[in-house]
Amino acid sequence: MASWTERLEQLRSHRAAPWIGIALIVVSLIVLPFALASVGTAWVRITNLAILFALLSLGLNIVVGFAGLLDLGYIAFYAVGAYCYALLASPHFGLHLPFWVILPIGAALACVFGVLLGAPTLKLRGDYLAIVTLGFGEIVRVFLNNLSQPVNITNGPQGVTLIDPFRIAGVDFSRTDSLLGLAFSGPIKYYYLLLLVLVLAIVVNLRLQNSRLGRAWVAIREDEVAAQAMGINTRNVKLLAFAMGASFGGVAGGIFAATQGFISPESFVFVESIMVLSMVVLGGMGNVWGVVLGAILLSFVPEILRYTVEPAQKALFGRLLIEPEVIRMLLFGLALVLMMLYRPAGLWPSQRRKREFSETDHG
Amino acid sequence: MQTAHLLEIRHIDKRFGGLTALADVSLSIDRGEIYGLIGPNGAGKTTLFNVLTGLYVPDGGEFEFEGASLVGLKPYRVAESGIARTFQNIRLFGNMTAMENVMVGRHVRTRAGAIGAILRTRRTRDEETAIRGRSRELLAYVGIAQQAGMLSRNLSYGDQRRLEIARALATEPKLLALDEPAAGMNATETAQLRGLLEKIRDDGVTILLIEHDVKLVMGLCDRVAVLDYGRKIAEGEPARVQRDPEVIRAYLGGALP
Repeated sequence: MASWTERLEQLRSHRAAPWIGIALIVVSLIVLPFALASVGTAWVRITNLAILFALLSLGLNIVVGFAGLLDLGYIAFYAVGAYCYALLASPHFGLHLPFWVILPIGAALACVFGVLLGAPTLKLRGDYLAIVTLGFGEIVRVFLNNLSQPVNITNGPQGVTLIDPFRIAGVDFSRTDSLLGLAFSGPIKYYYLLLLVLVLAIVVNLRLQNSRLGRAWVAIREDEVAAQAMGINTRNVKLLAFAMGASFGGVAGGIFAATQGFISPESFVFVESIMVLSMVVLGGMGNVWGVVLGAILLSFVPEILRYTVEPAQKALFGRLLIEPEVIRMLLFGLALVLMMLYRPAGLWPSQRRKREFSETDHG
Repeated sequence: MQTAHLLEIRHIDKRFGGLTALADVSLSIDRGEIYGLIGPNGAGKTTLFNVLTGLYVPDGGEFEFEGASLVGLKPYRVAESGIARTFQNIRLFGNMTAMENVMVGRHVRTRAGAIGAILRTRRTRDEETAIRGRSRELLAYVGIAQQAGMLSRNLSYGDQRRLEIARALATEPKLLALDEPAAGMNATETAQLRGLLEKIRDDGVTILLIEHDVKLVMGLCDRVAVLDYGRKIAEGEPARVQRDPEVIRAYLGGALP
C-alpha cells in the first residue's frame, strides 16, 4: 500500500510537475496587475517601472556580469532609447511613427552609442573603464540638457511632452478598455507588454550565457591575454557586449518614454546608473534570475518604505521626523554594506560566482 | 625553394628600452619535430614566444609560418593561422571548469554568433554539441577526463599544465608552443608529460618547447637551440649542443681552469 509520502514523491517526480509549477507562476503573473490595481493603480505603475529596471539590469548584466566590463554610465543608453522614441512620436517634431518602427531604431541607435563608448575604451579595465563610462553617461545627459540651441532638438531641461502611447491595431495603451467585464487600464496593458518583453530579454540573456559568445565573454573577464591566445577577437567580442547591453537599454528607454508620456534629462542622472548597477550586483552578477530579483527588490522596497515610513512615524511621534527619502537611502546603503559582508556574490548568485567566492584556492 | 620548414624565423630583434631581449635570432622548425629552446633565465626564450604569438611586435626581422608572414598580426590571428601556446605562469580561465576552458579553445574553429545563439538555430545547436564532444575527447586525450567539471583553479598543478595543453590543442594548431610545461612537476608527472608530448607529435602536431629540465629536453627533442642574452649561441642535435663549449660557458659561467 502506497503511503502518503510515497504518493507525494510520485507526484513531485511526475513528468508534469515542473509544468504545473510554471503554469502556477504564469497564472499569478497574469492575475497580478488586477490584484495590484485593486490596491491602487500606482502599484501597477510601480510594477511596470520595476520591469523596466529589470530590463536595464539584464542589459547591464551582459556588460558587467558576463564580460566583466564595469560600466557606470549605462543609463545613457536608456536615455538614448527614450529620446529616440520621444522625438519620433510626439508633437515636438510633429512625427508620429508607430512604436514597432521606433523601438528597433532606438535599439539600433543605442547599439551605435554602445560601440561609440566601447571603441575608445577597449584597452581599459576596472577603475579606468569605470571613470570613462561615468563620463560618457554624464556627457549624454549634458547634451540632452543643452541641445535646445541653436537648433532645438531635445527641448533642453523642459524635456519632451505629449509623447504618443503605444497603439496596436486600434488599441490605445493610454486609455481604459473593457474586455470580458474587466477594466484594462493603460498601466495594465503596458504591464502585459513589458512582461512579454521581459520574458524575451530573459531568454536572450540565458541563451547568450550558454553560447560560444557567452564563454568568450567570461574568458575575457578571466584573462584577456589567454583569451586572445585562444583565438578570441577580444576587440569585436567586447564591442558586441557593449552593443548588446546597450540595445536592452534602448528598448527599455523607448517603452519608458511611452508609459510616462513625458521625459526630461532629469530621469537619466548618474544615480540611476548606480541604481541599475546595484540591482545587478545585489541580485547576483552574471545570474539572469538573480539580476531580475535584484531589480524587482530594489524597485519595490523603496516604494513600500514610502508608503509605510510616513504613517509609521506619524503614528509613533505624531509628526514626520525623517523624510522617507532619507530613510530610503539610509536603508539602501545599509543593505549594500550588509550584502557585501554576508553575501558578497549576491542574493542569487550564478553557480560560477558562488564558487568564486566560496571555494578556496589550491596550488 | 625550401618550403619544408613549418616556421622560419629570420633575424628577429626585440628591445625593451635599452635592454636587448632578442638580437638577430634566426631558426627554423620542421614539420613533425619537437624543437627545444633552452637557455639561462632571462635569455629571451619567452620573449621569442611572445613575438611569435603576436603579443610583442618585433623591432626587426621577420618570421614566416607555412610560407606566410605573421609579423604584426594580432594574437587571435596567429591562433587562427595555427599556432597555439601555453604560458610559463599558467593562464587558465580560473573560474571556468576544465571542460569550459577547452570549449573556449574551440572558439577559433567555430562560428556561431549572437544571432545564432539567441535564435538557437539548428546549426548553432549542432555546433555546440560538436564543441562539447571534441572538448571531452581532448580532456581524455591529456588524461584529465575525470576533472572535467572542476574549476580549473582547483586542479592540481600538473593537471593545470595538462589542461592548458588540451585548451591549446582545441584550437587545432599545427605548431604547439609550450612554455616550460614541466616546471614544478615531479619526476612521475614529467615522465607522463613526456609521453603526452610524444603522442601529440606522433599525431602530427609540431612542438616548440621551452624547458629548463635538461633531461627532458635532451631525451625528447629532435633539435634544440640555445639562447643566451638574446642571442642564439648554438643549435643542433641535443647531444652535440650539450657538449658545445659556448653552451657550457653560458650555463656554468665559464670553463674551469
